[in-house]
Amino acid sequence: MKINLKVWRQKNNNTKGHFENHTVEATEHMSFLEMMDVLNEQLIQEKKDPVAFEHDCREGICGACSMVINGRPHGPQQGTTTCQLHMRKFNDGDTIAVEPYRAKAFPVVKDLVVDRSAFDRIIQAGGYVSVNTGGAPDGNAIPIEKDTALEAFDAAACIGCGACAAACPNGSAMLFTSAKVAHLGKLPQGEVEETSRARKMVAQMDKEGFGFCSNIRACEVECPKEISVNNIAYLNRAFLTASIGKE
Amino acid sequence: MKWLANFFTSSIGRKFIMSLTGIFLILFLIVHLIGNLQLLSSDGGRAFNEYTEFMSTNALIQTIAKGNYVFILAHAIIGIMLYFKNKAAKGSKYAVAAKNDTSWASKNMAILGGIIFAFILMHMGHFWLKFKTNSGVSYVDYGDGQIIDAYASVVTVMSNPIWMACYIIGLIVLAFHLWHGFASAFQTLGLRHKKYTPIIEGVGKIYAIVVPLGFAILPLYIFFTQS
Ligand code: HEM
Ligand code: SF4
Ligand code: FES
Repeated sequence: MKINLKVWRQKNNNTKGHFENHTVEATEHMSFLEMMDVLNEQLIQEKKDPVAFEHDCREGICGACSMVINGRPHGPQQGTTTCQLHMRKFNDGDTIAVEPYRAKAFPVVKDLVVDRSAFDRIIQAGGYVSVNTGGAPDGNAIPIEKDTALEAFDAAACIGCGACAAACPNGSAMLFTSAKVAHLGKLPQGEVEETSRARKMVAQMDKEGFGFCSNIRACEVECPKEISVNNIAYLNRAFLTASIGKE
Repeated sequence: MKWLANFFTSSIGRKFIMSLTGIFLILFLIVHLIGNLQLLSSDGGRAFNEYTEFMSTNALIQTIAKGNYVFILAHAIIGIMLYFKNKAAKGSKYAVAAKNDTSWASKNMAILGGIIFAFILMHMGHFWLKFKTNSGVSYVDYGDGQIIDAYASVVTVMSNPIWMACYIIGLIVLAFHLWHGFASAFQTLGLRHKKYTPIIEGVGKIYAIVVPLGFAILPLYIFFTQS
């Protein structure tokens, strides 16, 4: 199948970017990234600079493959990362626009690669559980209600890909931050530090320059792991309790 | 008191104020609508005039009204601040607009709010300002001394097709603002629940249609019966 690509090219964050048109001969069995590989081999053969894009696991678990396909982070298919998106979701002769994530807090490094270390700093601020080292505790020593465990597990599915902030018209990182706060806070080991966690992670999120949550829910729609905005309500609650409820 | 400053300068703290002021305005509109429905009674405006007189002289009502002005201003000012902050946080937009399942109103709350703010200024200019300055108002006496003939002022404004249309447009914009805003305010407070959220969303959509519609009947009724 013939694909007309409009790919964003940008040297670095200090230069202006632009779209470049290319035609790629792909097969419908290829993943979107494999199609991008074909484009890059073509460019290398033509002695041109290949398109920089991030990828690692190529099986939907690392969250590296950030790109915006026809205006949607990770493309049109619900609940999938770019690496899991197949060309059979497109038609022969389609024109596809590929852009980097756009959010102030994710500066462009090159072409489709953005710097997502803002998310790492949010995690560093409080997205952890302090444990004493020693003998490994028994896996099921602390009983946890089934529904609570499932909710924590659903939140833990977040791969930190950044699609939520990229999809949000406000560039807000609330879905990511809330998934982390809920994942840890719903479990007894993490609950202990919830107050300071909610406060510190939100403070860092604000400091990084992410926007405010208007409850638009574009994040939930585009999240490859289908993280629910229930977590955002959870974070709002945890933050309100931490800020005005507790000492 | 540093904690308070920290809270009110945080993203969630600011949204908390938007939500609480928004909910206050939602409650205010219900009272405002019930009072104004007296415009429909066929007594030459007596019930409405007496109600207006009561509202503008009762100390408790006047205190709540002052609070109302503060809340509207706080809601509007913080709303505009959020708009600029969010615009900056997004940076640039995508070349291709995403076709996904999100509501138009949710993405245009500040623009809708801005129009509502202009609407409120127009509305205050039509009535509040005139009553306060006693300019261009007439008086009636039902036996308890002279009171402002608020009904006559309403008829004068609503008989003008342009003003009448402005009221209808303002109310349509309000309906869109509330279509998203009502349920959003609860989510902002963290009030999300498997059992109650569907009810809140349902009530929100009913409110967003019924209340603006209730208001819209008034200018239409007066325009077609009085002019
Ligand atoms: C005075 C003009 C107004 C302006 C400038 C304005 C502006 C805004 C903005 C920008 C938001 C979105 C905030 C965000 O989520 O990012 C918002 C939310 C909201 N507004 Fe307004 N608004 C106005 C009037 C009103 C009125 C008259 C009502 C109610 C009758 C109202 C009720 C709400 C509610 C309930 C929300 C949702 C709060 C939340 O998401 O937590 N607004 N407004
Ligand atoms: S919440 Fe979803 S979209 Fe956001 S970082 Fe996590 S997996 Fe990615
Ligand atoms: S490359 Fe790891 S999720 Fe796509």
